[in-house]
Amino acid sequence: MKVVRLAAQFIVIAALFAGVAALSDWPSYGQIPRDTGVVMLTFVHGADRKGECRRLTPEEIAKLPPNMRRVQDCPRGRRAIYVELDVDGRPVYQASLPPTGIAGDGPSKVYQRFVLPAGKHDVAVRMRDTARAEGFDHERSERVELKPDQMLVVDYRPESGSFVFR
Amino acid sequence: MNAIRKVLRAGFELIERPFDRLFSPALNPLAQLGALGFFFFWIVAVSGIYLFIFFDTGIERAYQSVEYISREQWFHAGVMRSFHRYASDLMVVMVVVHLLREFSLDHYRGVRWFSWFTGLPIIWLLYASGITGYWLVWDKLAQFVALVSSELLDWLPIFGEPIARNFVATGTLTSRFFSLMVFMHVAVPLFLLFIMWVHILRISRPKVNPPRTLALLSLAALLAVSIWKPALSQGPADLAKVPDGVGLDWFYLPLYPLTELWGNGKVWAFLGAFSLMIALMPWLPPLRKAKAAEIDLDHCNGCARCAEDCPYEAIRMVGRTDKLPFPTQAEVNASLCVSCGICVGSCPSSTPFRRSVELKTGIDLPEYALRELRERVMDTASNLSGPGRVLVLACEHGAAAGRLGDTVVMPCVAMAPPSLIDFILSRDLADGVVVAGCAESACYNRLGVQWTEQRFAAQRDPYLRARVPRERIATVWASALAVGKAEAAISEFAVRVAAMPPKRLRSPFPESLATRPAKTLETEKGAT
Repeated sequence: MKVVRLAAQFIVIAALFAGVAALSDWPSYGQIPRDTGVVMLTFVHGADRKGECRRLTPEEIAKLPPNMRRVQDCPRGRRAIYVELDVDGRPVYQASLPPTGIAGDGPSKVYQRFVLPAGKHDVAVRMRDTARAEGFDHERSERVELKPDQMLVVDYRPESGSFVFR
Repeated sequence: MNAIRKVLRAGFELIERPFDRLFSPALNPLAQLGALGFFFFWIVAVSGIYLFIFFDTGIERAYQSVEYISREQWFHAGVMRSFHRYASDLMVVMVVVHLLREFSLDHYRGVRWFSWFTGLPIIWLLYASGITGYWLVWDKLAQFVALVSSELLDWLPIFGEPIARNFVATGTLTSRFFSLMVFMHVAVPLFLLFIMWVHILRISRPKVNPPRTLALLSLAALLAVSIWKPALSQGPADLAKVPDGVGLDWFYLPLYPLTELWGNGKVWAFLGAFSLMIALMPWLPPLRKAKAAEIDLDHCNGCARCAEDCPYEAIRMVGRTDKLPFPTQAEVNASLCVSCGICVGSCPSSTPFRRSVELKTGIDLPEYALRELRERVMDTASNLSGPGRVLVLACEHGAAAGRLGDTVVMPCVAMAPPSLIDFILSRDLADGVVVAGCAESACYNRLGVQWTEQRFAAQRDPYLRARVPRERIATVWASALAVGKAEAAISEFAVRVAAMPPKRLRSPFPESLATRPAKTLETEKGAT
């Protein structure tokens, strides 16, 4: 009788554990629909400073504490970066990206995902990171073939000053 | 809040009572949730140490070493991996059900706020431990977890460069990342263990180990499930691809799909609101607190039984402050006392036979003194009539709490000293006594049922004296929702008592004293 009771207890516990084990990887979850891929626009880049550096006069330098004397006064704050992304000639993203940091002197950053059907697409990206009011400082457009589940990253390389598709 | 608690309690009752029958109240897994949580933690820790012997840190090597563990060494390391995974999941289940059950039992307010409150960081740390573990495997699921977790973290305005950028393209991730994750996966569970210790600090006799039979059954079941469905990886991570169609661990990652549906900000808002609600619940509304137990040093000999029996660590023994010749005396920490009265029942001075002008005991409840309990018993008994006069001593949280007429209700049945039963039967106040408390596996004051049974069985001081006829005592352990069961048991006992021959009372005094005319009850009552 004791063995039967133990067996029943084991069966109940094992059934509960089996339920837990089943839910540990089922049902599966799909992040994006079938036959689609992702274009990811992401980069971190600091735009120009808001103003030009100004040479301090000797009087101004003399007024500064000795340990903080400098020749130039440069504004800390950076400009916002303006970015546009077009897919197949259609604008999908347009944003002015403010600089990060409490003083607004950090780089701007973007991290945006766009789910697109698999296949060929014309992708164009443009960025303005200077004081100019019109036009763009950096741009690139390319025809890409997006495979199902592919992650196409549109990145900006500050060292080369150009966009890369990878 | 009360309505939610009642619905939950009813739900638990539906499962707990059949489990009580199958496992016995002592082995009922639902009464061992905290202990099982600790048990699964140790399984996770031991299996994790074992797996670490085979685990290799590195972008390629991490996945390969886990595959080696799961495929080629499946019979030991693979089984250990399954133990590691499923015991972690079971720990989440234990924590969640434990939280819901304690809520349903109203075990989260008053002095219990501390354990409830410290349970919150346990939830956070448990999830952090599990999630960092999933990164280490570096399969498709790990990539998904890494991406969504870092996107969630990036939403917070504390990181300069988005962390998620490390997981969207090849070439950005280095092997050092895995060393960092291993460190996190060891450090966070260690901190979790520390908080688990803090969680039970204010509990007397915390259950941190399940009964051996239950532990062995759980281990055997875990082994069976690990062989039936071994934990496996889901293909290597590929940063050039979206980790799509991943088998999610719904115990650890249920919120991850919500980041897509709601967005990261709303998920954080949900987590913040949930945490705030859990943290504030003990005061929504606060529990009305009865006055704490008080020590009467003239009647305390420092025997320490009250400190021994208190379920809340509210009593400690300190050096004697009066001139009585005892080394210690009891001291009550009012902020920990719930006024359950278990200490009153444990005190050897708590005897209703005492003939002092005013019945006093070593430790008593200011709002429900032993004197008042004896008076209520005598008043209630005076209303009993018929052949089977049964007096019910009921716990206010149990099934008999709502009875009228023949019932004396108290905060916990363990408040009644065993000598009270002797008093009732030897003074012929009733023909039988029913002690009706909470369900055995869900005692409101944790140890009331256990202590009462042990005192009656002469296994715990103060004993129920041998001269007390056991056939005239019945214990009914039933929750507040099992009124029918309790009523049936009480009625059946009353019928049995009615059929018994008249009591043959034996005097506790020597023959010479016993022949002396005894005081009438009325006289004594008047004296008190």
